[in-house]
Amino acid sequence: MTILLSIVVGLALFFMIGFAARAVLQAFAPAHHKPTFRDMPLTASFGLAVILLYIFVAVFAPLIAPYGESEVLGAQFLPWASPHYLGTDKLGRDMLTRLIYGARNTVGIAFATTALAFFVGSFLGIWAALVGGWLDQWLSRFVDALMAIPALIFSLLLLTIFGTSVLTLILVIAAVDATRVYRLARSVAQGIVVMDYIEAARLRGEGIWRLIRREILPNVMAPLVAEFGLRFCFVFLSISALSFLGLGIKPPTADWGSMVRENATLITFGDITPLLPAGAIALLTVAVNFVVDWQLHRASGLKE
Amino acid sequence: MEKTSLLTIKGLKIEGRSGDAWHEIVKGVDLTLHKGEVLGLIGESGAGKSTLGLAAMGFARDGCRISGGTIDFDGIDLRTAAETLRRGLRGKRIAYVAQSAAASFNPAHKLIDQYCEAPVVHGVMPRKKAEDDAVELYRRMRLPNPDEIGFRYPHQVSGGQLQRAMTAMAMSCRPDLIIFDEPTTALDVTTQIEVMAAIRDIVRQFGTAAIYITHDLAVVAQMADRIKVLLRGNEVEEADTRTMLAAPRKDYTRSLWAVRSFVRAEHPSATGTPVVSVRNVTAGYGTVDVLKDVSFDIHARRTVAVVGESGSGKSTTARVITGLLPPREGEVLFNGKPLPASFKARSRDELRQCQMIYQMADTALNPKLRLRELIGRPAEMYLGLKGKALESRIRDLLALIELEPDKYIDRLPSELSGGQKQRIGIARALAAEPQLIICDEVTSALDQIVQEGILKLLDRLQTELNLAYMFITHDLATVKSIADEVVVMQHGAVVERGQKAALFADPKEDYTNLLLSSVPEMDPDWLNRLLVARSGLETEG
Repeated sequence: MTILLSIVVGLALFFMIGFAARAVLQAFAPAHHKPTFRDMPLTASFGLAVILLYIFVAVFAPLIAPYGESEVLGAQFLPWASPHYLGTDKLGRDMLTRLIYGARNTVGIAFATTALAFFVGSFLGIWAALVGGWLDQWLSRFVDALMAIPALIFSLLLLTIFGTSVLTLILVIAAVDATRVYRLARSVAQGIVVMDYIEAARLRGEGIWRLIRREILPNVMAPLVAEFGLRFCFVFLSISALSFLGLGIKPPTADWGSMVRENATLITFGDITPLLPAGAIALLTVAVNFVVDWQLHRASGLKE
Repeated sequence: MEKTSLLTIKGLKIEGRSGDAWHEIVKGVDLTLHKGEVLGLIGESGAGKSTLGLAAMGFARDGCRISGGTIDFDGIDLRTAAETLRRGLRGKRIAYVAQSAAASFNPAHKLIDQYCEAPVVHGVMPRKKAEDDAVELYRRMRLPNPDEIGFRYPHQVSGGQLQRAMTAMAMSCRPDLIIFDEPTTALDVTTQIEVMAAIRDIVRQFGTAAIYITHDLAVVAQMADRIKVLLRGNEVEEADTRTMLAAPRKDYTRSLWAVRSFVRAEHPSATGTPVVSVRNVTAGYGTVDVLKDVSFDIHARRTVAVVGESGSGKSTTARVITGLLPPREGEVLFNGKPLPASFKARSRDELRQCQMIYQMADTALNPKLRLRELIGRPAEMYLGLKGKALESRIRDLLALIELEPDKYIDRLPSELSGGQKQRIGIARALAAEPQLIICDEVTSALDQIVQEGILKLLDRLQTELNLAYMFITHDLATVKSIADEVVVMQHGAVVERGQKAALFADPKEDYTNLLLSSVPEMDPDWLNRLLVARSGLETEG
């Protein structure tokens, strides 16, 4: 019965958030973007609303959170009751507070990592496809070599060499992920560079940067955006996995991945608290993919 | 003579889906075809010719549906007939020959295996007999080596031969009706004649009825007994071929007939330094020479048409001039000064002077850029225009190519028609303010009426802006209408060059003669006369 009820409540929430977000976005959008938001499917407006909520929480974490990030406040594993609405963790820190700070750390790092991986990977991929010849050979074979090493082992290796700060974590995961993005961007761009309009642009005397940015990139956006949604979620997993091995985000910094692990024992007692950070990741993943799907549909389909 | 009707279509309506809405493609067309008769269907693209042709088999493409009317084939109502019954007819009693034989054959199987498939599946004859039959039909289609050609794969035979093999295949079950969908459109003129003659003979020999779909009037004049003209899904008029050619009743039909009559006056002959001078160029890919010792000049305000069949090196010449393919020997002079061989070594001004318009506007315009940027970029880049000046230049250019600036400036290429896209290609070339424009088959992908518009536009711009054109084409009708000088190419070498009038009146070389005489004319007896004349030559020789 409770399961049924929660499903109904969940769906109702989904529709409410979806409708409300669409109405708000439409009201505040600039005139020529209004149709875009009017035709937006509910899933996309729901996704957008969730993403905006996460961003809001991440940016204003210190103002929203009731306590400090690593403040020890009382006994460990307290139940859900005031003043600790979501209980406490195994060191007696407030769960809600850490969830809120986790948004800032995990989402921030994952986003920075994915963005960096995409910037580097797609630039190099398109560049290789455009120039071809030796450059393409060297870059591609180098990337092949990197991809031959299992991702986790490779990141472990790099993190051991360069030390484990947040910056190195971002750089290392981005480097590993960029190889995948490179592959995708290169193969899509190879289909574009043989088009007459690229030849025309070359004959016009356009530079490499302009060719990549204005002539090729808009045409390879659709698959890259789709890949972005997917990669973003994988990066969460990588960070969690590395945190689990003690090489990711270091305690006491709140991170959803390590929060699941630290409190995992509670599950044995039928307490769902450890699933909350996991749920936060899941919700964001779903939201991101809703928006990506919508963008993809718009990019591939006919206009309006 | 009493005629028995084979196919009767009444009030046929076909709808196509775009998004969630259905709109009519064929809006109530009647069609009657008698046994052994050839009906020509003509019209521009989007007229519903192919859709109607397929409907004659009781078939509608994906995303289309037959929404009204009846299709009666020899007493069978194809609309209501069971799918198994229809499948039994297709290939056996109704066959279909597609435009691109290369795309319609399965590249993984030998020709004869594909030939035998239909007769064996339909139980018309056993495999062994079908193979013998194939050889017989290959012979009748005048394919070289009829005994062996069936054992080749599709990529091992030429386009014209493939099209004939396709027709032989359609004949394999001796159908009552064959639908030819633009069977010669993709072929060179000289090959087109062979295929046309072969198709016509075999259809007559077996008394097969045929629907011949094409946009080329001169072709349909040779092939069809009757002609039906279509426009946007409606019938314009129908009459037997000679009546239709002699006295078309409707304005639209007359406008189709008149298209080829556009001929512009020849511009004054050349003086002074040529804009471009190609000097003894030899070039190629890898170790193969595609061009051998090619030389010609292009003067300001003149149009030089480079003609030849596919593979003759026309486009390669353009690539040498633009610098995409540095020549092995020889050089290209621009206003008397040698151009660097590779475009990478050329200065921005040298690049600006020579612009190119491509055959396929679809692939020549970046689909993600708006017209503002597509046209504005060369002006911004070469002439350093910015802000207001750039905006007004873009608007001027749009007005120059007869597109309303306010309406079009922020559109994407996908929101334009084929002819409009080609105009944007022209505007992009003009934006650079060049002296030479290379037009690579710019009209081949367009309907004839649209073609005429583009040719007139190019002609007007030439006079206004003092441009030199290098006009690459395989279509001699286009050459007739726009060229001043003609360069005939074959196998990478210049066969003959000269003033248009002189060359057309009195071709010196056999090849030029062959090429010129192969252009279909609007006279229904033209093919007969030509075949008689050519066979006469052969017996004499």
